[in-house]
Amino acid sequence: MTEKTGSLRHDYLRHDKKFPHVWCPGCGNGIVLGSLIRAIARLGLEKDELVLAAGIGCSGRMPVYVDFNTLHATHGRALTFATGIKLAKPALTVIIVMGDGDATAIGGNHFIHAARRNIDLTAIIINNQIYGMTGGQHSPTTPYGSFASTAVWGNIEHPFPIAELAVTAGASYVARGTVYHAAMLDDLLAAGIAKKGFSVIEVMSNCHTQYGRRNQMNDAVTMLRHFKEQAVSVDRAARMTEEEMAGRFTIGVLADVDKPNYTEEYQKIRERARQR
Amino acid sequence: MSEKTGQRLLLQGNEAMVEGALAAGCRFFAGYPITPASEIAELMSLRLPAVGGTFIQMEDEIAGMGAVIGASLAGVKSLTATSGPGFSLMQENLGFACAAEVPCVVVNVMRTGPSTGLSTSPAQGDVMQARWGTHGDHPVIVLAVSTVNDCFTVIVQAFNLAEKYRVPVIVLSDEIVAHTREAVVLPDPAAITVIDRMRPAVPPEWYIPYEDNSRGVPAMAEMGSGYRHHVTGLIHDVRGFPTERPEEVDAFIRRLFHKITNGFTEIQLTNPVMMEDAKIAVIAYGAVSRSALRAVRQARSQGIRAGLLQLITLYPFPRKAVEAVLAQCRRVLVPEMNMGQVIREVKRVNRTTEIVRHNRVDGQLITPAEIYAHLLAM
Repeated sequence: MTEKTGSLRHDYLRHDKKFPHVWCPGCGNGIVLGSLIRAIARLGLEKDELVLAAGIGCSGRMPVYVDFNTLHATHGRALTFATGIKLAKPALTVIIVMGDGDATAIGGNHFIHAARRNIDLTAIIINNQIYGMTGGQHSPTTPYGSFASTAVWGNIEHPFPIAELAVTAGASYVARGTVYHAAMLDDLLAAGIAKKGFSVIEVMSNCHTQYGRRNQMNDAVTMLRHFKEQAVSVDRAARMTEEEMAGRFTIGVLADVDKPNYTEEYQKIRERARQR
Repeated sequence: MSEKTGQRLLLQGNEAMVEGALAAGCRFFAGYPITPASEIAELMSLRLPAVGGTFIQMEDEIAGMGAVIGASLAGVKSLTATSGPGFSLMQENLGFACAAEVPCVVVNVMRTGPSTGLSTSPAQGDVMQARWGTHGDHPVIVLAVSTVNDCFTVIVQAFNLAEKYRVPVIVLSDEIVAHTREAVVLPDPAAITVIDRMRPAVPPEWYIPYEDNSRGVPAMAEMGSGYRHHVTGLIHDVRGFPTERPEEVDAFIRRLFHKITNGFTEIQLTNPVMMEDAKIAVIAYGAVSRSALRAVRQARSQGIRAGLLQLITLYPFPRKAVEAVLAQCRRVLVPEMNMGQVIREVKRVNRTTEIVRHNRVDGQLITPAEIYAHLLAM
């Protein structure tokens, strides 16, 4: 696997971009990036036909490293830019990577509407439950009672379950993975990218620097172990009681439905308008 | 469009705006409903799919502006249209378009503000916002329309300038121009000059996406064309990657301004009327310039040597044309449907001439009689 990823690194990462990257040692973002290029390689997608867009935050730096058509948009707005790209050039495969704050706080409106519209995009949301780049402020997914630089007395807000939100908002494909379950993440990303319609893959990821240190998980390994212990497969969760699921989250595919997507529906409108 | 060419049509400004945009090659519209701009979106939703284009109604104006930028990055000429409250929301992504040099056109059909204001009444209160609304030091092109015919011709120019200079162009309309119906004859599409962005002439491996050249406007490759590169709102080096090196940051900001300065002569559009022997003049833009024209004609009929300089380009401010008027005239009137925005620019370039303001902020058009009264006193 290491050797395989090694050659993929040369195939898909930019040769003219300086490394090392901006992420902290042990950051989960690198695991997501590795998983993403393995999923893309598996699908056999051409680099010229791929767009990776991002918003602002640690996740926002990912597009710099990959040798695709890349875009680093404004905070929370990556999905809107991606919508324009996809509709203008439907042949492109458009993937968006966002953080939890980017996608569900400042970009929350765009997120639910992209899902409702069911436009053919793949949204990867790296959920580290904190604003990492700006210094550990609480985000819409920071757990109740945990600590952040703007929740020094303990967080009194309740977190969004991102994947469940996407299901309710109407996305065609919704899955949740973690950076601990990297091989599974390859599968979820590949399936999400291949799916027609709006796909959401929420990835539980570690920010030991900003979240962990404030919440008794000082290093990457502790946080990964936490994800391993807290994650329950969708199938197993169905057989568990609410009490047993307390403090845990499901991983796997939460929704996979076939329904009309905006991109194809609009093509039909073009044909009808031309015939008139 | 072809079936409408050459015919005498009764159109409102918003409709002519759509015809002009389509003639200029616009094939993407994203926006959000707002009075008094909604007819542009409605007509685009009807017309675009038939020509292979795309219309999408987004969840807000922030999203509308984002989608417009995305479509332009994918190589399609893109438009959005809004009014004051929506224009405020667009400022964030408008700044991205300035920084990443993404050609696009934003129509702001001005209504009375601030805030929700008078949603069905005209005003000219967004001039300074059009110039400086988004944060940071940046150049932008702002054009103003005064007639239905203007709506067609000026939006064609707006797209051409956006494409040529890789800059967002803001077209300021107002509720009067937008909803006034006038007879217009649309030009033959073949007779319209349409400019497309310069695309790279080198193979992809040689392409440097933000490399300076004699015009200061780098060639722009669209996504999916094989010229893979990075686009960001961060200050970037010539390859498009973020940089904090002072010399690269300096060169980037200076080029953004330099490319517009280079084009001053073709960007700064004005329309002088009866200015040859004028001793007093009105400098006006938008619907007010129509009242001004009527008043100037009336003054001329009374033997007063009055003239009008109609500003089509508001930014970059047409300094040379205004300076010529100021050198020639002993007094100049600047009537505006705001508390005085363009008059500041006129005063800024003035050396000797007395400049008189006339302002109206009650949601009503400045009438010819009001301007005429000034001309008599001047």
